[in-house]
Amino acid sequence: MRYIRPLSMEDAVGQLAGSSGTAAILAGGSDLLVRMKGGFIEPDLIVDIKAIDGLGEIRETAEGFSIGAAVSCALMGESVALNREWPGVVEAAKLIGSKQVQGRCTIVGNLCNASPAADSVPALVAAAARALIIGPGGRRTVPVEAVPTGPGKTSLAKGEIIEAILLDRRAPRSGDAYLRFIPRTEMDIAVVSAGVNLTLDEQGVVKSARVSLGAVAPTVLLVEEAAEALIGRKLDEAALERLAKVCSGACRPIDDKRGTVEFRRKVAGVLARRAATTAYARAGGK
Amino acid sequence: MAGVAVSTTINGDNVEYLCQPDETLLDVLRDRLGLTGAKEGCGTGDCGACSIILDDRLVCSCLVLGAEAEGRRVETIEGMAHGDKLHPLQQKFLEHAALQCGICTPGFLIAAKDLLAKNPDPTEEEIRFGLAGNLCRCTGYDKIVRAVQDAASVMKGA
Ligand SMILES: Cc1cc2nc3c(=O)[nH]c(=O)nc-3n(C[C@H](O)[C@H](O)[C@H](O)COP(=O)(O)OP(=O)(O)OC[C@H]3O[C@@H](n4cnc5c(N)ncnc54)[C@H](O)[C@@H]3O)c2cc1C
Ligand code: FES
Ligand code: FES
Repeated sequence: MRYIRPLSMEDAVGQLAGSSGTAAILAGGSDLLVRMKGGFIEPDLIVDIKAIDGLGEIRETAEGFSIGAAVSCALMGESVALNREWPGVVEAAKLIGSKQVQGRCTIVGNLCNASPAADSVPALVAAAARALIIGPGGRRTVPVEAVPTGPGKTSLAKGEIIEAILLDRRAPRSGDAYLRFIPRTEMDIAVVSAGVNLTLDEQGVVKSARVSLGAVAPTVLLVEEAAEALIGRKLDEAALERLAKVCSGACRPIDDKRGTVEFRRKVAGVLARRAATTAYARAGGK
Repeated sequence: MAGVAVSTTINGDNVEYLCQPDETLLDVLRDRLGLTGAKEGCGTGDCGACSIILDDRLVCSCLVLGAEAEGRRVETIEGMAHGDKLHPLQQKFLEHAALQCGICTPGFLIAAKDLLAKNPDPTEEEIRFGLAGNLCRCTGYDKIVRAVQDAASVMKGA
């Protein structure tokens, strides 16, 4: 096994593309090192991306935010601007692991590990975040939901690295929120989770909405019918009822000791409803 | 496997070592450098017994590669006391009997030090959440929380 720490994206891509055998990108290592220790993966090459120029920064651009692939979730939690504009994305990132894990883990690692229960992914999907990918063929940008294709699998080709996660500049009267259910109060994997992102008009009527569910299908679900239940209405009881019902119906969960199918369905509706209420309040709706 | 030559700073001292590319920083500290204060409870990021501070961030050294320490600043439990003078947290852990077997203690002390550096006046809830990445099989946590609260008030007064 070789460990390298390239200083440029071009070098990192070149090394990955030119490698024979298994190559792994190392960000915070909180999934990769656990999998290596468990013997689930034995990479021949580890490409540590944390020394690449600019990758450790959160940048505010004309279009919004660019969160570098080496930005730890702890750093996201400390960004005043990001907390103000995308509190739901930040609260999701901050739920990952302990203080110790926070100091290392990244949202790109969370996305690329492709766990159906990854905490930051539903929030990113609801936020319509995009992944900026660089590879041997150049750069491309895809919606984050296009990255994980199933548990542990992604659509990234050999040599491709996600450089940053892009979030749009906020329209006025917008808010997002993320909630998960875990049996403990800290340090556990989501049994069900929900992300909601709303923009309101001046009267407090929902103009646009995105609703996502985590841990209830092989990949995070973007539930368009749930968004439709909210668009064109204030967040009245009928809209919330409908939202919960649609979300429960959209789930395709597994049945295990952490939650039965029935339980997960029910909780998906409850969490979507609560996340919508929080997102609505954050958007200034009354 | 070719060894990786690493030059880093540990508790203020320049340190150089050779390690294997898949060797964790925890193993380097314990087995190559004789710094056995950080413990291995789980090796998978769950227990916090291996906690260290890496460039001002609290991390589990079992989930950091030794090679990653190149050019960085590492703080371990061995750097916490000044000679014979214990850090207030260490002193308060003793006074409150906040340990039994002690295997979790170095990790708790490092995590509590990081917590108080970022939040000098934490509430009990903030302490409990802040230390949720550290597991203790013996104490039931209450004495640890009291010790941290007491140390915080001593340190504020200092
Ligand atoms: C104790 C503990 C608790 C945890 N709790 C949670 C939790 O509550 N919620 C949760 O969702 N997860 C949790 N996790 C899992 C993990 O911490 C997260 O998934 C984390 O976000 C992974 O980020 P990382 O930077 O550490 O990833 P890494 O381990 O560095 O990488 C993960 C995967 O992504 C790939 N990758 C990394 N960066 C890139 C890139 N730029 N481009 C392409 N591929 C890349 C890697 O090759 C690897 O396959 C926990 C893990 C531990 C050890
Ligand atoms: S040994 Fe590192 S967290 Fe348990
Ligand atoms: S004192 Fe024994 S594990 Fe904490």
